[in-house]
Amino acid sequence: MNRSETLNPPNRVGAYIAQHMRDYGLIFALIAIMVFFQVATDGTLLRPVNITNLVLQNSYIIIMALGMLLVIISGQIDLSVGSIMGFIGALAAMMIVPYELPVGLTIVTCLLCGMLIGAIHGYFVAYWKIPSFIVTLAGMLIFRGLSLWLLEGQSVGPFPRSFQALSTGFIPDFIGSGRPNLTAFVAGLAAVLLILWQGLREREHNARYGIEDEPIGLFLLRNASMAAAILFIGWKLASFRGLPNVLVSMVVLTAIYFFITERTVIGRRIYAVGGNEKAAKLSGIRTERLTFLTFVNMGLLAALAGLIFAARLNTATPKAGFGVELDVIAAVFIGGASMSGGSGRIMGAVIGAFIMGVMNNGMSIIGIGIDYQQVIKGLVLLAAVFFDVYNKNKGA
Amino acid sequence: MAPLLEMRSITKAFPGVKALDQVNLRVREGEIHAICGENGAGKSTLMKVLSGVYAAGSYEGEIVYEGKVANFRSTRDSEACGIIIIHQELALVPLLSIAENIHLGNERGRYGCVNWAEAFQATRELLDKVGLKEAPGTRVETLGVGKQQLVEIAKALSRNVRLLILDEPTAALSETDSQALLDLLLDLKAQGVTSIIITHKLNEVRRVADRVTVIRDGASISTLDAGREAITEDRIVRDMVGRDMSHRYPARERRCGPVAMEVDHWNVWHPEHRDRQVIRDLSMRVHAGEVVGIAGLMGAGRTELAMSLFGRSWGSRITGSVFMHGKPVDTSTVPRAIAAGLAYVTEDRKSLGLILEETIRCNTTMAHLEAVASWGVISGVQETAVAEQYRQAMRIRTPSVFQKVANLSGGNQQKVVLSKWLFTAPEVLILDEPTRGIDVGAKYEIYGIINDLSKAGKGVVMISSELPELLGMCDRIYVMSEGAFVGEVSADEASQELIMSLIVRK
Repeated sequence: MNRSETLNPPNRVGAYIAQHMRDYGLIFALIAIMVFFQVATDGTLLRPVNITNLVLQNSYIIIMALGMLLVIISGQIDLSVGSIMGFIGALAAMMIVPYELPVGLTIVTCLLCGMLIGAIHGYFVAYWKIPSFIVTLAGMLIFRGLSLWLLEGQSVGPFPRSFQALSTGFIPDFIGSGRPNLTAFVAGLAAVLLILWQGLREREHNARYGIEDEPIGLFLLRNASMAAAILFIGWKLASFRGLPNVLVSMVVLTAIYFFITERTVIGRRIYAVGGNEKAAKLSGIRTERLTFLTFVNMGLLAALAGLIFAARLNTATPKAGFGVELDVIAAVFIGGASMSGGSGRIMGAVIGAFIMGVMNNGMSIIGIGIDYQQVIKGLVLLAAVFFDVYNKNKGA
Repeated sequence: MAPLLEMRSITKAFPGVKALDQVNLRVREGEIHAICGENGAGKSTLMKVLSGVYAAGSYEGEIVYEGKVANFRSTRDSEACGIIIIHQELALVPLLSIAENIHLGNERGRYGCVNWAEAFQATRELLDKVGLKEAPGTRVETLGVGKQQLVEIAKALSRNVRLLILDEPTAALSETDSQALLDLLLDLKAQGVTSIIITHKLNEVRRVADRVTVIRDGASISTLDAGREAITEDRIVRDMVGRDMSHRYPARERRCGPVAMEVDHWNVWHPEHRDRQVIRDLSMRVHAGEVVGIAGLMGAGRTELAMSLFGRSWGSRITGSVFMHGKPVDTSTVPRAIAAGLAYVTEDRKSLGLILEETIRCNTTMAHLEAVASWGVISGVQETAVAEQYRQAMRIRTPSVFQKVANLSGGNQQKVVLSKWLFTAPEVLILDEPTRGIDVGAKYEIYGIINDLSKAGKGVVMISSELPELLGMCDRIYVMSEGAFVGEVSADEASQELIMSLIVRK
């Protein structure tokens, strides 16, 4: 505070950006990547159909990134999520297709099954102190094998419409006639207003306690561009088929996990466990139980992702979810979480996942081969983490 | 005769603290030189300067070794000159064999291939010299601490040691192992090895040392020569503790309410070495409004006692009971201990007390988050208000409670830890070395806070290695040695000499 008072007002904005380089850097990176692909794909990237696709293709990564963020904050890792995803998809397919069980029952069973798998991993990690890398590596092999066994190496499908709606369904237009889909646009507007209201409330709170806040100009600029982006996407979606169901569940989940990490006791304690497990324990926090719960939660979200993924492809294949854990983990680290635990933000992980998603999508449209795609994604991950470490060293 | 080693006017400062101030040390060729001093007097710092852990240039003064000025930039430099230090925490690789450990970093053989026959032969000779009857292929983890100590010495001998430094070599050893080690030192002396031994145990000093240098508060106080005068424990104790202590502690009046906490027949065993009893049948009581000190040397079991009481955070096979206000309470987990009204301020605030990368606000409420939350949702406004209230009450010097605690000074960090525990509204606080690594001004403030706690009727247990601090602050002092209380003295009769002699004579 003292330092900022001695600076001139224009420098204050610069100083603030420098201090929060990481947050702004991430947003700039996403924007830069989008602009690049928008140009490189001759405008295909932001066409309504493609935006809808982008959401459908990446929803399961974002949903799992939410859980993975909690796992990584608490200082652990989960390598098994791709396999769990595949296994749950296979389980759902077997229940629905050959055995013709009701869709509702199948979904509930699959989610419970995901939680159980997470609980098994969490049990060994939390209560037996076996490194999560090893436990979940074992889980990765086990559930990859089990999904092969369940499906007997075949693809199983197709699913009934009601199950497909999990992924490819759209929210019906309550307000307008459906062309353009007014509900989609209004939902975007509502989201913008909600975010603005929340931001202003926080500014008021910060002002009351004399916390150094974002300069007002920067605040307005950031919110204006965000509002523009949301409204733009809302409009684009409205001119195609409206809001995909997946987008809604994704946004709701993101909001819930944002709330959990930022505002709740349990969220705070997860940060504490990752920040300094011994200190947390000596402060009366049940560190084992929390670690256990983060894995149960991860299992739940991986199961949900598996259902959505299977619904989108309309089949369960033995290959489903192969290597996805790496995309999820990369998204979380690109989003600024620390390998040693204790830090990381939900919005970071979501933006990280979008960066990965836009790159995947954009590179596919341009026609870059899968070989180069991998190389480029690897380089982006390395660059993001290097940027982090570089910033930290410079600050120290 | 010119000394083998002479350290002249060594001064070493850390941010906020002067650890060594114009220390002089002369060690003669072929003698055993003991260095005595309280915890934190600067003995280990001095040895780190000597061995190059603190590189030349990071301290003032000069080291003359074998007649030449030495500028050691790392332990590698000092080892090349034959100065080898054996630390209290042994630096052996437990899963490797004795032979592998002895030759680690100094492997026998050529072109990167180890000649095992030669290495084993050399190891056998070395083990013979130190009197350890073990096969060179034995894994180190299967040896007891005493034998591991001998392996360390054998390792030193393999590097042609000229000056052997042992930091509290007998602290973890049994009586017989200690005797054997001291005999070995006398043996080595006969073979021409010069040793420096850092120790608290004055009977050992009397037995082996030719000369003794006493260090106190980072200054060398005296050097006694056994050849010229009888070295008495009284004399050493006097030099170790004598200092002016007026005006360093805020005045306080004695308050003594009803018994707040009582510990009955407390027994604790080591969590890894399950046959080692660390706390032996210990009983204590703390009255409301009373400040009770626990004095003792490092390794006496003070921290182990505190941590075992606080939710069994340390130790195994714990037996005994705890009463709060006369009623038995369950302190078997940390949440239960907190609910029973206990709080424990750890000795090591950075690694056990704080989350350094988080804000003051977050650290303040960490142990009692429910109080600023409803239905599991934290109220940011309430939380900030609480943190702000403690920031002002404790005079934590920072513009806002949104500072990371990593950026605070040691004194301010300690105030954050105290805030955290006060917010849990405890009946009894156990403060483990509450002023370690804190500058003098902040220490005085911490003392003031402790007095306020006592005024508010809290029971305070204060563990400290600084005797003057205990004498200045406590109403009653338990003297602890080897896991048991060996004495209990009231503030009126206590003196540093009395406590020190209770500890060392036992």
